[in-house]
Formats: sequence, C-alpha cells, structure tokens
Amino acid sequence: MAIIEAPDSAPLALPSGGTVAPHQALGVFSRPGQSKGWRSWITSVDHKRVGVLYGASAILFFLIGGMEALLIRLQLVHANGTVLNAAQYNQVFTMHGITMIFLVVMPLGAAFMNYLMPLQVGARDVAFPRLNAFSFWCFLFGGLFLNSSWFLGGAPDGGWFAYAPNTNPIFSPSHGMDFYAIGLLITGIASTVGAINLVVTVINLRAPGMSLMKMPVFTWMGFVTQLLIVFAMPVITVALFLLLFDRNFGANFFNVKAGADPLLWQHLFWLFGHPEVYILILPSFGIISETIPVFSRKPIFGYPFMVFSGIAIGFMGWGVWAHHMFASGVGPLSVAAFSVTTMFIAVPTGVKILNWVATMYGGKLTFTTSMKFSVGLVGMFTIGGLSGVTHAVSPSDLQQTDTYYIVAHFHYVIFGGALLGFFAGMYFWWPKVFGYKLSEKLGSWHFWLILIGMNLTFGPMHIVGLQGQPRRTYTYNKGYGFDFWNMIETIGAFIIALAVLVFLVNVFSSRAKAKREHITVGNDPWDARSLEWMVPNPTPAHNFDEVPVVAHLDEFWHRKYGEDENGRPVRVKATDDVVQAGDPTGVHLPSPSYWPIVIAASLPLIGYGIIFNLGFAALGGFVLFLGIYGLGLEPSMDPDAAHPHDDHDDTHDDAPAAADDEESHEEVTASE
Amino acid sequence: MATETEHAEPTEAVAHSADHAHAHPSDSQYVLIAVVLAFITGAEVLTYYVDFFKDHFPILLLTLIPMMIIKFAIVAAFFMHLRFDNKLFRRVFITGIVLATIVYMIVLNIFHVFKHS
Amino acid sequence: MSDVAIHHDPKPGEHGWTQTGVSNEKLGMWVFLGSECLLFGGLISTYMLYKGTALKGPKPHDLYDIPFTSVSSFVLLMSSMTMVLALSAIQRGDHQRCRVWLATTALLGATFISGQVYEFTSFVKEGMGYTTNTAASSFYTLTGFHGVHVSLGIVMLMSLFMMSVRGRLPQEKSEVVEIVGLYWHFVDVVWILIFTVVYLIP
Repeated sequence: MAIIEAPDSAPLALPSGGTVAPHQALGVFSRPGQSKGWRSWITSVDHKRVGVLYGASAILFFLIGGMEALLIRLQLVHANGTVLNAAQYNQVFTMHGITMIFLVVMPLGAAFMNYLMPLQVGARDVAFPRLNAFSFWCFLFGGLFLNSSWFLGGAPDGGWFAYAPNTNPIFSPSHGMDFYAIGLLITGIASTVGAINLVVTVINLRAPGMSLMKMPVFTWMGFVTQLLIVFAMPVITVALFLLLFDRNFGANFFNVKAGADPLLWQHLFWLFGHPEVYILILPSFGIISETIPVFSRKPIFGYPFMVFSGIAIGFMGWGVWAHHMFASGVGPLSVAAFSVTTMFIAVPTGVKILNWVATMYGGKLTFTTSMKFSVGLVGMFTIGGLSGVTHAVSPSDLQQTDTYYIVAHFHYVIFGGALLGFFAGMYFWWPKVFGYKLSEKLGSWHFWLILIGMNLTFGPMHIVGLQGQPRRTYTYNKGYGFDFWNMIETIGAFIIALAVLVFLVNVFSSRAKAKREHITVGNDPWDARSLEWMVPNPTPAHNFDEVPVVAHLDEFWHRKYGEDENGRPVRVKATDDVVQAGDPTGVHLPSPSYWPIVIAASLPLIGYGIIFNLGFAALGGFVLFLGIYGLGLEPSMDPDAAHPHDDHDDTHDDAPAAADDEESHEEVTASE
Repeated sequence: MATETEHAEPTEAVAHSADHAHAHPSDSQYVLIAVVLAFITGAEVLTYYVDFFKDHFPILLLTLIPMMIIKFAIVAAFFMHLRFDNKLFRRVFITGIVLATIVYMIVLNIFHVFKHS
Repeated sequence: MSDVAIHHDPKPGEHGWTQTGVSNEKLGMWVFLGSECLLFGGLISTYMLYKGTALKGPKPHDLYDIPFTSVSSFVLLMSSMTMVLALSAIQRGDHQRCRVWLATTALLGATFISGQVYEFTSFVKEGMGYTTNTAASSFYTLTGFHGVHVSLGIVMLMSLFMMSVRGRLPQEKSEVVEIVGLYWHFVDVVWILIFTVVYLIP
C-alpha cells in the first residue's frame, strides 16, 4: 500500500494534526547519496543497475550450476562411476536443476526485462523502483540461502520437482527439502513483486502514442512472461507452504499414511511448472525477435502474429500441465485431453519459428555473434520442440518418461532455447549497457564451441534415453550399452564449459581493451530499430531527456529512415540527430534507498529460524517489520537530495511510490 | 462469477482526482448494499436449519452457490468500485478469478472430488 | 488500454504520469489481488480434496458451530461496509469520520480474528489438532492463511488511523485508503467463498 509522507513543498492545510515538518524517514539511516562505489550499488533503485545486478548474479549462479552439471557428467562418464555416491548425486542433480531454473534462467530473463522494458516503452524507470531493488535482493538472498544448504547438513535431494512423498522427512531426512521450500518461497516473492512491477510499468508507463500494438516484441514477450509469473507463482507458493507445514509442523497434506494423495503435489507443482516453462523461454523468444530483424535489415515478419502467438502460448500454457503426469494414473480422459492440448500448443510456437525464418528470408543477413546465437536458437529450439511433440503422444510418452530422452528434450529447449537467446541478447545489448562491444572473434568461438558442445552433450541423450537409461539415477551397469554415448556426453559437457570460459575471457578482455584503447561504440552500433537506442550508450541514469512521442512500431528506425518512391528505405536523418543528448536537466529520479536490501535480508533469517531456531525467525520478523515501515515512511524521492541542474521551484507531488504486495504489507504509521 | 460485472457501463473514470467520487454510491446507498448482503447471509444460514436441504443436496448447492456468487459480485462491484472504475482493474481481477476457477476445477475433477459429494 | 492519459497535471516521464490515467499503486494492488485468487484457489481446492478424508479424529464438519461462524462472518461483512464508509468520508474531507470508520473496521476485523482464535481452540479441545488428520490440516491451513491476511489488514488499518491522527493523511491522499480498502474487501470476499464452500456445504 502506498506510503504517505509529508510533501516537502507547500505545507498542506490539514484539518487536524498540526503542521507537518519535512522529516527524515525514521532517522536510522541517513539517505544514501552516492552514485559510485559499492554503496551506490546496494542502495540503487535504478532499473538499469538492478538489471545488471540480476545478470551478474545469474552468471555467478550459472557457474555454480555448471560445475554441478560437470560433476554429474563425471559421475556418469563410465559405468559404475565413483565420483559421487547416490546421496551426493541426488543433491547435485537436484541443485543443478533448481539453480539453472530459478537462479539462472529466470533471473537472466529478469535482467533483460528490467533493463530493457522501461527503455523500450519510453519510461524513465519502472513503476515501483524501490520494490524493484527489493526483488533483486530478495532473489539474491534466496539463491544464497538455497546454496548455503550445502554447508548446513546437505542440499535438497528430492529433485527440482520434489515429488511427494519422496520429500517427507522419512525419505529425505536432511534439512535439504526445507531449504528448497523456503528458498523457493523467497525467490518466488522476488519474482512476484518484480512481475507486478513490470506489468504495471508496461500498462501505465508507455510513452505517449505507444499503443500496445506498437510495443517491441521483446516487451510484449516480457509482458506475457510477467503475467504468467503473477498468476503461476501463487500456485507453487501454496504447494511449498503445504510441503513446509508437512515437514516442519506435522501436517498431513502428502502423508500417505494419513490418507493423503501425493498426486496433489504433482498437480500443484505442474500447474505452476508448465507456465514456468514459458516463463523461461518467452524472454528469449522476445530477444531474438529484436535481433533477427536488426541483422536481417527487415522489420519483423507478421508482428501481430508474433504478439498473438505469444499471448496464445501464455494462455495455453495453463492447459497442458497434466502431460507431465501421464505415467501417474490420472485417467484416460485426462490423458487424452491433455495430449490434445499439448499438441495444440506447438502451433503458436511453430508460428513464431516460421516468422523468424520469414524475417530472415530475403533479408540482408549479417552474421554477427548475436545473430549466430539467434539462428542457433531457432534451430536448437526446433529440435527440442519436435521431441516435445513426441511426448504429447501419450503412448510414446509412457515409453520416454523418466529416461534421458526427456532430459535431452528439456535441455534442447532450455539450453538451446532460453540460454542461446540470452547470449544473443548479451552480445546485442552489451554496447547499450556498458558502452563497448564484446569481441566478435572470441564471440564466434564462444558460439561454435557452445553449439558443438551442447549437441554432443544433449544429442546422444535421445539415443540412450530410448535405449532405456533412466534419469535421476546415479549410475548404470556395464553391458547396458550406455558407455559410449555417455562418454561423448561428458566430452560435450566439457566443451560447453570451455565455451563459457571463452565467454568470460571475452567479457574481461573486451572491457580491458575498451579501457586501454578508449574505444567507444557510438550510439547505434547495429543500426537498430527500437526506442532503447534513442538514448546514448551507455544509457544515462535518467534514460530519456524528454520522453519521445511514438508513432510507429520500430520508432527509432522510422526516425532514421524514410521511403523513396519505390518504397525502399532511405536515410533521412543521421543517427546522432535522432539520439538524445543525455542531458539530465530537470529530471527527478527516485532516490536510492537502504531499505530494499534490509527487508530482503530479513527473509533468509526467518528461513533459518524456521529450520533451526525460532529465535532467528523472531529477529528476522523484527527486521522485516522495521524495514517495511522504514520503506513505507521514506519519501520515494528524497526532499533533501540535491538534484543536479535542477530548479527547485516545481511543485511536483512526492506521491506515494511503493505499492502493496503480498509480503510487504507495508503499513504506514506516523512513527518518528 | 465473471459475468456479473459485464453489464456495467465501461466508465473510463480517472482514479486520480478526488472528484471521481461522484460516480460512486452515497453513504446511505452503501448501507443499503450492506443490508442486502446481510439479508443474503441470513438466507444462507437459514439453509442450515431447513431440513429439506439435508435430503436434497443438489438443491442445496443450487441455492447456496448462486447466493455466494451474488454476494461476491456485490462486494466486488460496489465496495471495490469495479462497477465504476477503469475496466483495466476488472480485467485483471476477472482473469485471476476465472483462471483459478477453471484450473482448480479441472484438478478437483481429476481427483473425482465432485462425484460422490 | 491504449487511450492516452486523460488527466494532464504531470507530463509524460514525470512522476505520477501514467498512460492509462490510473495510478500505479492502485493497478499494482489489483494485479496483486488477481495473483491472490490463485493462492486462495489452491488452498480452497486442497480443503475440498481432503475435507472427507480423516483416518482418525473428528473432521472439521463434525465440529462446526454454524451459528457462531455466521455471526463472525456477519461481522467481517459489516467491516467491509465500514471500510467503504471510511473511504467515502476521506474523499469528502471528513477526517473525523474517516478515523471513526477506520477504527471501527479494525475493531470488527479484530473481533473476527478473536472469533477464529476461539473457534480454533475449541476445535483443538474437542480433539482436532493441526496434525490429527488431512481434513484438519487443510482446514487450519486455509482458514489460518485467511486469518493472517485479516491480521495484516488490521495492522494496515491501524497504521492508516495513526497517520490520520498525525495529520499525514490529507484528502488528496485518499487513494491510500482506497488501496487498503481493496485489500480489505478482497479478504472479505474470500471469506464469503470460504463461509459457503467450507462451512455451509456439507
């Protein structure tokens, strides 16, 4: 709920309560004012910095999750491997899944969406900047909380899907699954708050003239993703609470001995889990819908189809969850119905593939690294999509369930789809974010290594899967015929690791080179199309000097190019005349704040409290309470902050900034 | 549950200014609405005491569920101002309700919850 | 959705400007409430699934005190009315009455919560603890979640009351009351569902 504070200008004639003095919120912290150094980062509420923080943390978790993957591949490189024992293997593959899904792909999507969506709709920031910062810290602390389980008695070991009754204290006696439940609740809060924020941003903060059907496809896909998060997260929240209460307070939701039906977990989980799949992939679909037109020098083919297929995927994603449960005895009617819906959902996805290909068809293609990754996505995702259709056929699915064939499928769509898309986006927007390009030469190595590596790793899984190698199993015997392909898979995994290394080298060497040689990229390195390129590189803190009035889809392009009499594009304006100067005069930005990180820090404390000692939880609850009131009472714009180049005579309303959301029922009181 | 608000005229009332209150019911109308709600609640409770419903479960359902939906709709339309406010709010909320109703109904149906009750 | 802003005070890009003319905070609250539908839907479904399964101990349905619950439902329903009257008062600039209604709403909410505490303790006394059977677990979880929501609402109402007393809730900030009100009414609406689905339908 919103926050009220005394307006700094023109004391109001209040009916009661006396006059209001401009106040410093709570007075615990003085308002942070730095713009450089680590303190400026932990207090920043700038959506661009939050985006960068999301990206950096996600890459850190990517390295952790990648090492877990390498451990799995080392264990399985030959029959009867001894690198890990069964218990360790369970933890490693569980954490690999959780990390990659919740701590890598989702936050990478959040990184792009946070950074780009406000820019692409022509806004100065998101709707609730401080809640945005809170989302990030909440995600980071949730991720660290999950990973701290390694040192506190063992990581989660029930798989990322955590099927009941495997997760009850008898089968999973360590605290691992408690860490799972609480950790995912914390990251779920982060996602929900972030999603509400971005949904409101897209609806409310679009620049004048930008109707919904003039929004870039990336923003559209981000919008659909955020709506999916808004509606899917509460479902897993319910499931996780039930699991938590079962394990910690003796409830009976999944206790078969008390007559419970463990399938309830599967329904709740996959009811969330299938929309989640689209939450993972849609941001990448959006990214390559931006890169492919730029590098084909053509507008996106069939923009409305692109948008509506995205919306259709979002809707239909709610009607297919039981295809994850064909083998669990949900009944012939359900199996048939969900088979059909699952086959149908391939249609809008196919529309997208077709549109990307049609965009490239007849275009003037430039194969930059970003374009290579984009085309890679189209190819790899198609393979994954096709194997996905084979699961929709339930008789064949019964054969494939719990084998490596499934593992192959979802790695082709998540690694070959989502992750390649994110790399395409990184190479494309790196100059936007940091003001220099990544090396194309190393980028090319990165791409080819990752493409070869992933096909060596996940391709053979189709084969061993159909031969019957079970997933989630820590070893296999000699003579099953799995040895050769598992060896190839492990080699592939290490090639992927090498590719990631090349990427990291690229990041650091390109940065060093740009610093050493003072290379700047100019304002429009790719001759791009959408609004975010209308501001200088790297983006100034205030985004737009003046909010543009939008007349077209691809507004930036239309300002640069007109048409000659034959309908061919001709330059009408130089880029630098179109790009804004980056002059912050007269712009008010929300002030940085300590409270988001304080509130976020209280949540893991409550988590440890539930697991180990309720004393921690009380402390965490106290900090949470304090933080919420602190955030609530603090003006979103610091009345005392010096605005550069600012004339202080304007009478803007320091209106309430923070909205309400589930965990922060921030209350407003008049405490001093 | 979704239909009750559709007859409402699409007012594009701006929520920002305080003067938008003119479209809203007056205090006495609010009280009247509350009386109606109380009345329906009374009728709901009454079903508990009438023996007829104990033997006719389907009829009980047909009595209780519509009353519940009407109460829900009245609170949402008048107290939450959905009837008067920007239709954006209505869309968001109805999406949530309809989605929840459909998916959870399917889940419960797969569990055969509705069969023996 | 695509119509351009109707009110003209802040310019595009400035704080407080929105494309649709509705405030960010209110829209955010509605999106949040849309999300909450799925949360309570899940909890109600869990209860529906388990309400008949009790291998030992009494089921919630054996213990319900319908007259008592009817009264507390009525109390919560009336708190929705007082909430909307508080909003209407502050929109008129009648701060005195707004405070009275805010306090009344909080008080009615607190009455409801006390009733719930009483109900829970009497159920436990009659042998239905949280862990007794699946029906009990799901009953307590569903109504407990609702109770936590009401309690948070009471805290928010008290905060508004204190703000108003301190003069920090001027008439032009009446939207804060409206947003808290939305939350409050939503919680009430959920109870309308629970009262019928959980208590009245056997």
